[in-house]
Amino acid sequence: MAEYILESANGEKWEVICGLEIHCQIISKSKIFSSASTKFGEDANECVSFVDVAMPGMLPVLNMECVKQAVKTGLGLNAKINKYSQFSRKNYFYPDLPQGYQITQEKHPIIGEGKVFVDLSDGSVKEIGIERIHIEQDTGKSIHDIDPSRSFIDYNRAGVGLMEIVTKPDFRSPEEAGGFLRKLRSIVRYLGTCDGNMDEGSLRCDASVSIRKVGETGFRPRCEIKNVNSVKFAMQAIEAEAKRQLEIYENGGSFEQESRQFDPTTGTTKYMRKKEYAHEYRQFPDPDLPPLVLTDEFIEEVRNELVELPDAKKKRYVENMGLTAYDASVICENKEVAEFFEEASLGHDAKKVANWLMGDFFAMLNKKGVDIKNSPVSAKNLGKLVELISKDVISGKIAKDVFEIMVNTGDDPEKIVEEKGLKQVTDTSAIEAIVDEIIANNPDNVASYKAGKNNLLGWFVGQVMKQSQGKANPGVVNKLLKEKLD
Amino acid sequence: MSNLTELTISESLEKLRAKEISPVELTEAYIKKLEDNKKYNAYVTTVPEKALEQAKESEKRYMSGANKPLDGIVLGIKDLFCTKDIRTTACSKIIDNFVPQYESTVTQNLLDDGAVFLGKLNLDEFAMGGSNETSYFGPVVNPWSKDVKLVAGGSSGGSAAAVSANMCAGATGTDTGGSIRQPSAFCGVTGIKPTYGRCSRYGVIAFASSLDQAGPICKDVRDCALMLNSMAGFDEKDATSARVDVPNFESFLGQDIRGLKIGIPNEYRPDGLNEEIANYWDKAIEMMKEKGAEIVNISLPHTKYALPCYYVIAPAEASSNLARYDGIRFGNRVNGKNMEELHINTRSSGFGKEVKRRILVGTYVLSAGFYDAYYLKAQKVRRLIKNDFDEAFKKCDVILTPTSPIEAFAIGDKKMNESPINMYLNDVFTVSVNLAGLPALSLPIGLSKNGLPLGMQFIGKAFDEKTIFKASYQLEKSVNFKRI
Repeated sequence: MAEYILESANGEKWEVICGLEIHCQIISKSKIFSSASTKFGEDANECVSFVDVAMPGMLPVLNMECVKQAVKTGLGLNAKINKYSQFSRKNYFYPDLPQGYQITQEKHPIIGEGKVFVDLSDGSVKEIGIERIHIEQDTGKSIHDIDPSRSFIDYNRAGVGLMEIVTKPDFRSPEEAGGFLRKLRSIVRYLGTCDGNMDEGSLRCDASVSIRKVGETGFRPRCEIKNVNSVKFAMQAIEAEAKRQLEIYENGGSFEQESRQFDPTTGTTKYMRKKEYAHEYRQFPDPDLPPLVLTDEFIEEVRNELVELPDAKKKRYVENMGLTAYDASVICENKEVAEFFEEASLGHDAKKVANWLMGDFFAMLNKKGVDIKNSPVSAKNLGKLVELISKDVISGKIAKDVFEIMVNTGDDPEKIVEEKGLKQVTDTSAIEAIVDEIIANNPDNVASYKAGKNNLLGWFVGQVMKQSQGKANPGVVNKLLKEKLD
Repeated sequence: MSNLTELTISESLEKLRAKEISPVELTEAYIKKLEDNKKYNAYVTTVPEKALEQAKESEKRYMSGANKPLDGIVLGIKDLFCTKDIRTTACSKIIDNFVPQYESTVTQNLLDDGAVFLGKLNLDEFAMGGSNETSYFGPVVNPWSKDVKLVAGGSSGGSAAAVSANMCAGATGTDTGGSIRQPSAFCGVTGIKPTYGRCSRYGVIAFASSLDQAGPICKDVRDCALMLNSMAGFDEKDATSARVDVPNFESFLGQDIRGLKIGIPNEYRPDGLNEEIANYWDKAIEMMKEKGAEIVNISLPHTKYALPCYYVIAPAEASSNLARYDGIRFGNRVNGKNMEELHINTRSSGFGKEVKRRILVGTYVLSAGFYDAYYLKAQKVRRLIKNDFDEAFKKCDVILTPTSPIEAFAIGDKKMNESPINMYLNDVFTVSVNLAGLPALSLPIGLSKNGLPLGMQFIGKAFDEKTIFKASYQLEKSVNFKRI
């Protein structure tokens, strides 16, 4: 793997140490400790129960759907499922935290150590360790930009279930962190446990960054960059923070552990507050919630619901379907794409389908700005188009025209080929007539060809194809021309 | 017919079912009594019109024969239970105008059984106190007071006083460290703190979640059995409520107690225990012996750590439970220049002295660097206390002890107010029961030489309230206490 090394002015080599904390909003109908809806985009304070706003006497009741989702995620990240876990209260005052504490899991998280495999651009695979996953409640949202003198609070998000995924400090480059985030997002989307939309805040990332001289053991102070909301920004933030730290060390300085914020407009991180340890959260076991004890049956039930995940899919695409590792990982990253691909390639040449998918098809989606779910061309029809090419019913060139029509009409390619009479001509006598005509009408070029200008063969092919309106089988045309000219 | 209010719940039910009296008539009698006894400051909110409406509905049910188990019985509700559309304050300034839009499960159960609610009863602010003197609405006056106004005990002081003074047939209470039993003892009434998990805590304003438990305060043991049957039961809205069947408690009253093993803990008879109370304890033991019970000496060696353990755990939980009173979403708000000031101003002005003290203690014991020495240690002690009881119950069926080491004292008593510790010491016989999550019932044993009621408590195994009822019913018969 290509090493990511920073070099200081005096030529010293430094490496980056990074760990991530990712907050994933759990996909569930209702909140983690109440029956209020988790629907996104409702009017402010419409999805709020008495429990969510911590009315006197209200009590949390654990939503087992969220537990199931966390277990599913743990299984998807090859992690240990803790049969005993416990909820605790993290106490602090903030207006968008209705209870005055967040119910979370401190000492006994529901998921223990796991691992994720990240594909890097040089084709290598890096294993990233998961430290733990715990479940907790989200806060409400403070809104400061409606009125100059007043703040508002929307509690719709208060109490929505979160999974906090904590990695080991295994990242050594921004690329690894970016690759991990994409992989994690892909996995939770496959599992249906989090929609992974970083821009909507349903997946939020904090990155802890420190640097050290190559060869040093142990860690230097780190800074945590809070709430980065895209993969790209995460990578930029890690790089910017590493460089900032390097500059401090270069100037003989030092710094303390603190929380920072990434500003995408300047591409730099800026000071937010002293690190959490300055806070006093007074965590203790939540007396309203008994310890969560999972049975083997429950865990097995969840395991049985697991879908095939990207790693397994990729392996199958390469080993059984003949795809290249690169194509396979591109197609697998997105569950919908993979599903589309599998449907399209059913009974057809998978490798050719993959080529079409990643070529003209993706280009078309991009151009139209639609996602695959709303593609004008169905998976079945794309498969049929590839089949028409494979069976020499149409040429690759005609196929591009057919595809154009499919995009515009959504029609079945067989129907298009039939109606427009685009079927490839493989009848040798019909093609021979055209070949003869072209040869007869172009004696000069025939002479030049015979004199050794071999590349004129292409010109003759082109003429024949043009005359046949592209329907002549190029193989047959080539063969006939060669016979007649050589 | 003012003596209607002197009837017990079971006596009233008998007359209601026989149609000798009507629910409206009964309710009117209590409303009258309420007016006459305002001096006790037992109620902080009364809803006589609402009560009369409920009584009319009840009357219809009696007429149609569709009457329910507690139909027409007039109850007072400790103002810690949220009651839909009725102001609920926890007797704190911080929510002195809070009107819940929901009903606690316990009060809903009582309503479903046909009960009539007369109003909300005074308590120590957020149930923190043992004399009802920390209430924002002022102390309750013990109906047994003569020349000097005495405390009714706490925190369910309003509940005990109202029952004692016939201002309701029964009342709900909550007990975190003795808050049902101690005021019951002070006011000469009977109250039971059920096993933790027996009654739902949903809609009960939390003080210390792992200790809080709702229970009834009534005129006698039978009424407690009737009322608890209605209040108790599993509730999916409270994750700590127990999926355990609730037996018909009344059916155990009058059962023979021959051979019943009654444990007497050595540690509950320290040097200097009030002699009168010690004598009554001996008398109670004799009475139980006469009924054929077997007396067994037991040991609860960690009893001496119960008070400090309790006064770490309860404030710790309270400091967190009370964080929600921040002036943002409900309750009173005192504005400030910024968010932090708003919080500080609201809470400084809204909470009383004792509540602030416990929030401070609780915050301290949970703080980084102190957590292990206090909170964690207290949790370990709590386990040892529970183990003590487990061991003891291998030798006996039920434990008999005094409820309180003292009788009701004067409101504003100098010694009690000198140091909060003096007040906390009154909980010495009650708190270990909460720490162990066990059920315990207090009933009157007689009067002190000052003419004030004293109480005895039976402590039972978890979810074995039936044995407590069985034993206390027999003791009650022997004592034959004269209520007001």
